[in-house]
Amino acid sequence: MTTQDVLVIVGPTASTLRKIDTAAIGFGKRAAALLSGEFDLLLLGPLAAEAAPQFIPFGVRKIYTLDHADLADYTAEAYTGAVVHFAKEKNYRFLSCTATSASRDFFPRVAARMDIPMASDVLEIDQMNGDQAQLIRAVFVGNLLATVSISGPQVLATCRASKFEASTEGITSKSPIEAIELASALACADKKFISITEQASDRPDLTEAEVIVSGGRGTRGTEGFQILEQLADQLDAAIGCTRAVVDSGWMPNEMQVGQTGKNVAPKLYFAVAISGAIQHLAGMRSSKTVVAINKDPEAPIFEIADLGLVADMFEAVPQLVKALHAEN
Amino acid sequence: MKILVTIKRTPHRDARMRIAADGKSLDTADVPFEINPFDEIAVEEALRVKEAGQAEEVVVVTVGIEAARDQLLAALAMGADRAILISTDAVAQDEPLDSLQIAKTLAAVIQSEKPGLVIMGKLAIDDENWQIAPMVAELAGWPQAAFASKLEVADDGKTARVTREVDAGLEQVELTLPALITTDLRINEPRYASLPGIMKAKRKPLEVISLEEFGPLSEMGGIGESRVHTVSYQALPPKEKGILVDSAAELAAILKERKLV
Repeated sequence: MTTQDVLVIVGPTASTLRKIDTAAIGFGKRAAALLSGEFDLLLLGPLAAEAAPQFIPFGVRKIYTLDHADLADYTAEAYTGAVVHFAKEKNYRFLSCTATSASRDFFPRVAARMDIPMASDVLEIDQMNGDQAQLIRAVFVGNLLATVSISGPQVLATCRASKFEASTEGITSKSPIEAIELASALACADKKFISITEQASDRPDLTEAEVIVSGGRGTRGTEGFQILEQLADQLDAAIGCTRAVVDSGWMPNEMQVGQTGKNVAPKLYFAVAISGAIQHLAGMRSSKTVVAINKDPEAPIFEIADLGLVADMFEAVPQLVKALHAEN
Repeated sequence: MKILVTIKRTPHRDARMRIAADGKSLDTADVPFEINPFDEIAVEEALRVKEAGQAEEVVVVTVGIEAARDQLLAALAMGADRAILISTDAVAQDEPLDSLQIAKTLAAVIQSEKPGLVIMGKLAIDDENWQIAPMVAELAGWPQAAFASKLEVADDGKTARVTREVDAGLEQVELTLPALITTDLRINEPRYASLPGIMKAKRKPLEVISLEEFGPLSEMGGIGESRVHTVSYQALPPKEKGILVDSAAELAAILKERKLV
């Protein structure tokens, strides 16, 4: 018999509390409120136990941590096994996590193993009851919204990190933490993790930053990004870019904002020398304030910009840095 | 080795989609369709593996309406050897199959075709569900490497090394075949079909199998009922028109005034 309870999954867990984690909690709380159900958290991976205390102030019913030798390096197969091991007998009504490159990789496997229908990249939960959930999603490169109805006693869903938040305000209850033991193997013998190349950076992560400075093809590569870095330094901003910039080898793939890159919604987004292809807009159109600097007055980016400046970035951005510096 | 590539018929990438008068469907009357761009990249990748001498046959498959023949023909024109259309009117009857139903159908195709490698696009640009490929890998009991930007099949055809584009950077994994990979944008640039390719495509085998009569699928328990339905579409809320400033100094002043910096 399915409960009206919600499980939020974080995995792999990081040592710090990230925006993607609080978004997952906000998403789970919204579902639990609509269902009048309880809400548990499952933290996966080698940092789960270390990170768990940071999740206590959100007032969930229970925090479970699950670590296992096979979760040390991320693989979809092992993370699927861990979630299914934990969730299969528990009959949660709603199982969810934030859409990331990991959850997009392993969560559909969980859906297939448990035979539960799934909704991806949810922007809002419209309504939910015992056997019907209505969720709102973006489709067609973010140009349309679709209301999707999912029937059945259980639903899996991932949410957009930019659309949900959780606060600890007014919460006095303290969530107990329980470590789940799991003896059986989780890894797939036919897959071997080899390495991950991460570029060290002093800047905030794209998905965490309050301010993002992004550049497009018009930056002409290193020359332009050196100028953008001065602006980013001044504003403690993350650096982002378009697909064309990554394709040209000017920036690594993890800096890409857009349909196939990261989805961001900072307080302030600078689109510099970016024309504004719909695939890029899909990744940043929820930003609170968009500033566009482009020398082409016809560039589509100006249609969604709150503040626009028709100018050559090589002149305008150094002037902006100077003006901001002078006034600060 | 045989490579199976799945393709989806999707509205052209540059088409502006309009909501139909009923608010529940899309007006596709004047919309051209094409192979989902990520699936086109998957076809290209399969052809490259074959051209490198590591596969003998590239089979393309789609689950959809009769009109999806056009997209199969386009893949055959690019160089695929054979095509399978698992036909269903479900889409036309306004009851599209959900991701798990399609994944179960494709898992049955794997069961009957026994490929050594399945290559799929990482997402479909219409519904953007990002779901079917990992579901298929799970149902087949196979390892997967999603969001591949590089694929190297070992000379003995037993393993493949894949570079994956993930949130943190680039990840490398090694898969023992059979396995499933999904293609990201940077893995290749798909070729255009040549005129002789287009002529030849018409003579290549294109098998149409009715979903309801697809034996391997019923042996695996069928696909059940669709549990995911789109009930309505909405346009994006209109964005307030922004303002154009004349200089960087003015921009700095406004940012400061609005307390954005």
